[in-house]
Amino acid sequence: MENKNKVLMINPEKCTGCRLCELVCAVKHDGVSNPARSRIRVMKWEMDGVYIPMACQQCQDAPCMGVCPANAISRNDELNVMEIDYDKCIGCRSCVAVCPFGAMGFNSIDRKVFKCDLCDGDPQCVRFCEVEAIEYIDADDVAILKKQEAAAKLHATSHKVALKEA
Amino acid sequence: MALDRKIAYINLTTGEVEVKPIPLDVRRKFLGGRGLDAYLLLNHSEKGCDPLGPDNPLIVSGGILTATCASATARTHVMAKSPLTGLLGSCNMGGFFAPEMAWAGFHHLVIKGKAEKPSYIYIHDGEIEIRDAENVWGKTTTDTQWAIRDELNDQEVKSLVIGPAGENLVAFANVMTGIKNAGGRTGMGAVMGSKNLKAIACRGTMDIKIAHPIEALEYNKRFIDQITSAKVNKTQGTLGTPFIWGATNSWGGVRTRNFQYNQCEYADDIEPEAIDEICEDTMGPYHMSGCFGCQVHCRAQYRIPSGPLKGTYEEGPEYTSQGAFGGETDTPRAETVLVGNHLVDQYGMDNLETGSLISWAMELYEEGIISSKDTDGLDLRFGNDEAVLEMIERICFRKGKVADALANGGIPASKTFGKNAFDYLIQVKGMSNLHSDERATPALALNIATSSRGSDHLRSRPAIDLYHLPEKVLRKIYSSPIPYEGPLSSEHTAYIGKAWQVFWQENCYMGVDCLGICKYHTTFLGATLPNFEDWPKVLYYNTGLEFTPEELWDIAERCNMIERLFNLREGLTRDDLAKGDMINHRYFDEPCRRGAPDVVGLTIDRGKFTVMIDEFYEHKGLDKKGKPKAKTLKRLGLENEPSHML
Repeated sequence: MENKNKVLMINPEKCTGCRLCELVCAVKHDGVSNPARSRIRVMKWEMDGVYIPMACQQCQDAPCMGVCPANAISRNDELNVMEIDYDKCIGCRSCVAVCPFGAMGFNSIDRKVFKCDLCDGDPQCVRFCEVEAIEYIDADDVAILKKQEAAAKLHATSHKVALKEA
Repeated sequence: MALDRKIAYINLTTGEVEVKPIPLDVRRKFLGGRGLDAYLLLNHSEKGCDPLGPDNPLIVSGGILTATCASATARTHVMAKSPLTGLLGSCNMGGFFAPEMAWAGFHHLVIKGKAEKPSYIYIHDGEIEIRDAENVWGKTTTDTQWAIRDELNDQEVKSLVIGPAGENLVAFANVMTGIKNAGGRTGMGAVMGSKNLKAIACRGTMDIKIAHPIEALEYNKRFIDQITSAKVNKTQGTLGTPFIWGATNSWGGVRTRNFQYNQCEYADDIEPEAIDEICEDTMGPYHMSGCFGCQVHCRAQYRIPSGPLKGTYEEGPEYTSQGAFGGETDTPRAETVLVGNHLVDQYGMDNLETGSLISWAMELYEEGIISSKDTDGLDLRFGNDEAVLEMIERICFRKGKVADALANGGIPASKTFGKNAFDYLIQVKGMSNLHSDERATPALALNIATSSRGSDHLRSRPAIDLYHLPEKVLRKIYSSPIPYEGPLSSEHTAYIGKAWQVFWQENCYMGVDCLGICKYHTTFLGATLPNFEDWPKVLYYNTGLEFTPEELWDIAERCNMIERLFNLREGLTRDDLAKGDMINHRYFDEPCRRGAPDVVGLTIDRGKFTVMIDEFYEHKGLDKKGKPKAKTLKRLGLENEPSHML
C-alpha cells in the first residue's frame, strides 16, 4: 500500500498560526467547527511569533497502546496509524495521560477519547495547509529532507562567514 | 449551528445580563456582523447621546459565518457612536477573537452603562461574568491579554482589550487583540475606556454545527484555491500590505508633509524588502502569520532591529504605518516606522489617525500656527524622527498642550489651536484621511467623501480602479448581481461611472462585513476574487440558509442605509466639511506636485465632484441633500426604523 510508510511531517517554521487545520479536522470528523474536537492543535508562543502544530506521531512503540487496559488501541499497518476500537474502549483516559505529545484528546461532550486517524490516508490538515507546514510523506524521506534543511542552514552560515571574511 | 449563536445585552452599571436568540427574520434582513450592529446601534441609542456617556451602546460582533467552514472568517466588528466624529463609530479587525466568542456561544454583544471600577467581561461557554480589572488597568494591550490569561489560568483565552490610550479617553484609541490586530478607527477604545471596561475575554468549546459539512469543506477548498491563486494575495502573503507602497508612491498617491506633496522622496528604506533585510537575522525566512482560517497570511513579523527597543517582537508594519510614521511626517526611516508601529499597538491607538494628526501639527508648526512654546520646546518640524515618536507617547498620556489637544481629535484640536488650523486638517466627518492622496483619483476621492465612518479606504474604495482594467472586465464585475448599463471608464483620472463603482463597492464591503470575512477575500485588491455570486453557496453549506445574490445585495444596501440613517440622525449634512460628504478645499485648490506625468498638476474638479456626489446619491436612492427618499426606505423595508425587533 502506498500509505504504509507515510507519516505527518510538521514544519513549525512554516506555520502561520492560522489554525485552519484545526477547523477542517473537526468539520471532517464531526461535522462541526470546534477546535476542542480537532485532532491537531496549534500551540503558540505569541510574543515570539512561534506556532507549532501538534498531532499524533503514530509512534512505533506507542505508549497509548501499551497503557490501554482494554487492548482497545492497535496499529493499522495498512495506513501506519494507531487506531481506537470504541467497542473495547472503557473511557479510562490512561492513554490521554501517557501520551508524550498530548495528542490523545478526550471529548467531554461525547465522553470519548479521540486521536488523529490520518483521515484514512488523505489528511485534511495537509490538504488545506497552503504553506506546507504539515506534509504527509514517506517516513524515509523525512530524514533526508531534514538533512537538506540543516545542510542549507550550514551552507548559508558558511556563505555569510565567507562574505564577512571577504 | 451558526444560527443558534446568541445576542447578549450587558449593563455595566447594574451588572445585569440578558441573553436572547437572534430571530431568523432579523438574520434575513441584516445577516449579522456589521450590518446587524448598525441596526442595533440605531435601535439602542438616543439621538445626540454622549459618545463617552453610559448610554452609548458598545456593540461587539462576529459575522454570520464566523468560525464556520468558510475562508478567513476571523473578523470582529465593533460599533458605537464615535467620540472622534460624533457620527457612526465602526471598526473591524482580524485575529482570533470573534471565532472564540462564537465558540463561547455569542455573535453579538450590546454593552451599556458604566462599571463602578475597572472591569472586564469574561464569556465562556454560554456564561457571562463581569470581573475586576484593577490589576490590569494601566497595562499595555499585550500585557493585559497575557495577565488575563494568567488570572483565568487558561492560555487559550482570547481578549479584546484597550491600552492606556483608551483609558485616557484618547478620541482615536482603538481596541486590540493579539499583538497587532486592531479595530483602529473612530475611537472605539475610548468608548470602552469611558465604560471602565478594560477587556472582553472569551473562551469557547461549543460546537458550531455545519449544515452541510462535506460540501462546505470542498467549497472552502475551492474558495481558498481561488483566493491564493491571485497574485495580489501571494504578494500580500510574502510582504504584507507594505507591498503597495512602492507602486503607489511612484505614481504619486502618497500624501507627504501632511498635504504638501503627493509623493515621499527617499523612501526606499521603508519598503518591505528593506525592512526584511534589516530584520532578517531575528525572524528568518518565514516571517508571516495569519488570522483565523486564512491562507493569505498577510501579517508580517519582525523584531525591532536597533535602538533602545532592539529585539522587541512586533507584527506589521502595515501600509498604514508606513504612511503614518514615514510618509506624512516625511520621516521615511525604517526604525521610526517600526518603533512607531510598536508604540501605537502597545498603547492601543489608531496608527493612521495618530500619524496623520502629528503631520498636521507639523504643518501648523511650520506655518507658525503653533509654536515651540506650545510644544514645550519639542521641535515639531517635518522630518524629525524623534519628534514623531515623542508625540505618540505624549498623545497617549495627554502630555502638554498640543498633544492633549490632538488626543481630542482633529476638529476639537483645530478649535484649540485657533487661526486657520482647520484649513490644514485633512479629514472627512472629523476623521483623518489615510496617507493616500486622492487628487488624481476621483473615484477614491468620492469614496473617502461618502464613507459612512468618515474618511476611509475600507468602506467603499474601488481600489481596482487603479489597474486600468478593460471596460469589458469592469462591466463584468460591476454589472452583477444588479444590472448596470451606465458608463464605466478604465481611466483612473476620469469621473465617468465612478459613482456606480463606489456604490457597488460599498455594498460589496458591507456584504463581507456582515458575513465576517476579510476584504482580501473579495473584490478589493484582487479583481478575480469572490463576491455576491459566490456567497450564497458558502452561506448555504455552512448555515443552511438560502439566499440569491440579489437578496444579498439588498441586505448590503439595507445595512448601508441604516448607517446613513444613524449619521443623518446625528447631524450629517451634505456639504458640511466637519460632518458631511465633503473633502478639504486643498483637494480642489492645490495641484499634485510630484508623481507620474499624468498625475502632476491634477486636482479634483469641484464641479465634476459635485456631479459625482449627485450620481452617487441617485444610485443609493437619496435626494439631493443626501437624505433617503420615502420610496427607497420602503423598498429596503426601513420605513419604520427604529423598529426594535432586537
